[in-house]
Amino acid sequence: MTNWLKRNQKNGSFLAAPTVVWLLIFFVLPLVIVLVVSLMSRGRGGVAELPFTLAHYARSFDVFSIILWRSIGLAALTTVVCLIVGYPLAFFISTRRRRRAQQITLFLVILPFWTNFLIRTYAWRILLGDEGTINGFLMSLGVISEPLSLLNTQFAVLVGLVYGFLPFMVLPIFASVERFNFRYVDAAHDLGANDVRTFLRVVLPLTMPGVLAGCALVFIPSVGAFVTPDLLGGAKGLMIGNLINNQFGGSGNMPLGSALSIVMMAVVMLSLLVYVFANRRDTGA
Amino acid sequence: MKKILLLLCVVLLMAPVALAQDMEHEPWTCPEGYEGQTLSIFNWSTYIAEDTVPNFEEACGVTVNYDIYESNEAMLARIRQGNPGYDIVVPSGGTVQRMAEEMLLIPLDLEMIPNVANIIPDLLGPAYDPENEYSLPYQWGTVGVGYSTEVFPDGITSWNQVWEHDGPVAWLDDRQTMLGIAHLFLGNDPNTTDADEINAARDYLLENGGNVVTVAADDGQVLLERGDVDIAIEYNGDILQISWDCECDDYTYAIPEEGSNVWIDNLSIPVDAPNPELAMVFIDYILDAKVGADLTNYIWYASPNQASIESGFIDEEILNDPAIFPPAEQVAKLFAIIDVGAEAEELINNAWDELLIFLGQ
Repeated sequence: MTNWLKRNQKNGSFLAAPTVVWLLIFFVLPLVIVLVVSLMSRGRGGVAELPFTLAHYARSFDVFSIILWRSIGLAALTTVVCLIVGYPLAFFISTRRRRRAQQITLFLVILPFWTNFLIRTYAWRILLGDEGTINGFLMSLGVISEPLSLLNTQFAVLVGLVYGFLPFMVLPIFASVERFNFRYVDAAHDLGANDVRTFLRVVLPLTMPGVLAGCALVFIPSVGAFVTPDLLGGAKGLMIGNLINNQFGGSGNMPLGSALSIVMMAVVMLSLLVYVFANRRDTGA
Repeated sequence: MKKILLLLCVVLLMAPVALAQDMEHEPWTCPEGYEGQTLSIFNWSTYIAEDTVPNFEEACGVTVNYDIYESNEAMLARIRQGNPGYDIVVPSGGTVQRMAEEMLLIPLDLEMIPNVANIIPDLLGPAYDPENEYSLPYQWGTVGVGYSTEVFPDGITSWNQVWEHDGPVAWLDDRQTMLGIAHLFLGNDPNTTDADEINAARDYLLENGGNVVTVAADDGQVLLERGDVDIAIEYNGDILQISWDCECDDYTYAIPEEGSNVWIDNLSIPVDAPNPELAMVFIDYILDAKVGADLTNYIWYASPNQASIESGFIDEEILNDPAIFPPAEQVAKLFAIIDVGAEAEELINNAWDELLIFLGQ
């Protein structure tokens, strides 16, 4: 068995070939195309044509920066809320004594995935609408006399994003907490640390890999979210994904859409770099 | 275009004279030799009667694949990337012009479509396709306001009521129509290609868009129906369909007196269509007096089919509804959208992006 492994380690590059070819065709090549298109001019009907220009990047950082910052802000807020809600939840699940209870709670976290994301987001429209479930309930209780404007706001987008991406926060943290040895807590207590100190100096650092992975998994798709702001945000909750999508219709602007995509990719790359470095420092490598 | 529609209205006013010819109408029959073939249709959503396609399948012994789209742009993008196998598309006027120029449509063989004779003569040979080489009219209608009659018991007669309304409003995600309405107020040509005028229209809309909660891509009627908005700028047929569905007077449609957009949608055959002959048979079928009337009775858009109108097959309720067949003085104020060319297109595109960005600020 070990001989077999050793023999094949030499052929590592050969074994990786299918993946490399796959990445070249379906990742590198499209990326190069997007990059080239982003540097071209807009022709009739929004298609790309020569000559090359940087105008679309200039425009991306000009008026579009408002929406870009809004997207980054909303994604960051989503990540923070998911962390605040998800961390205790992951702890709750992994500290269930009975295996069965743990399985059931974990199952409940994954359960929403059984229904299509689009349908679940539409459901939020019905919940948040002016004549929707939440307003109807509050008005029947007499808490409010006029319906609250919930739908078509950035708040609605935040709710939709947190709802949609919470499992991506819970699962990696759960995996981290699972591996956490609770005897460390006893040890910290024995050495005189109080609960807060124990949490900050022992529990949090040891579960940090899960926290970082969860944050990356929530932040990255949130920045580029398209369906959630489209259905819940209306005119006031527009995000960069919607504007990029608009550029690829018949009379849009494909080079501008490509430039915006590249800028968004840069934002995602930056946050991934933060993740990698934080992780490295964390594991002491 | 205005002249055409004026004449059309004259024709419509005379229509009741020619009632009750329905007894003489022979059902449409399919030419032979198409059994077992397949036709693929790419049409706007909610834009056909329930039995239009099944009846055609039965009459010709063929199978029909039916796909839908939400905007001219979406359809155009699909065909531009290479026709994925559609035989029929339904582009609006300006889009016909553009697709023909880009050689994305194939010429129609009018000899295979004898029911061309049913079309209102003034609707033939439109500016975007003078010889009807690539297109024949499918339905026509207007953009206006759908609104809640509870919120507006006295009705809406002016765009100013829309701008000034203290409550949620949905605009239509149709840049040329929305900017065109602003041009009407600013005294400019709705199809202007001038950069300053386009930016002025953008600013006009921004100033008057404080109550806009969403810029809806053709689902404004749903928002209106659910109570999310009090006013939805929408196509007339979409608004009429929800008031018909609910069998109530909660919603109504009006064309504001300042004017609005008129559109004509057309039947065309995209390049590389797998079965253009059957597509032409289908166009002939749609232009049959009874089939065309059934279509209008179901989707509540105005029919371009004179035979349908004169035959009495169209419900009188629809024929006499000013929201569907607007009176002549209103028709005179309607503007059609044409293809404005690459440069103005980019100006409009930029203005629209900026509008969407700043509307939410």
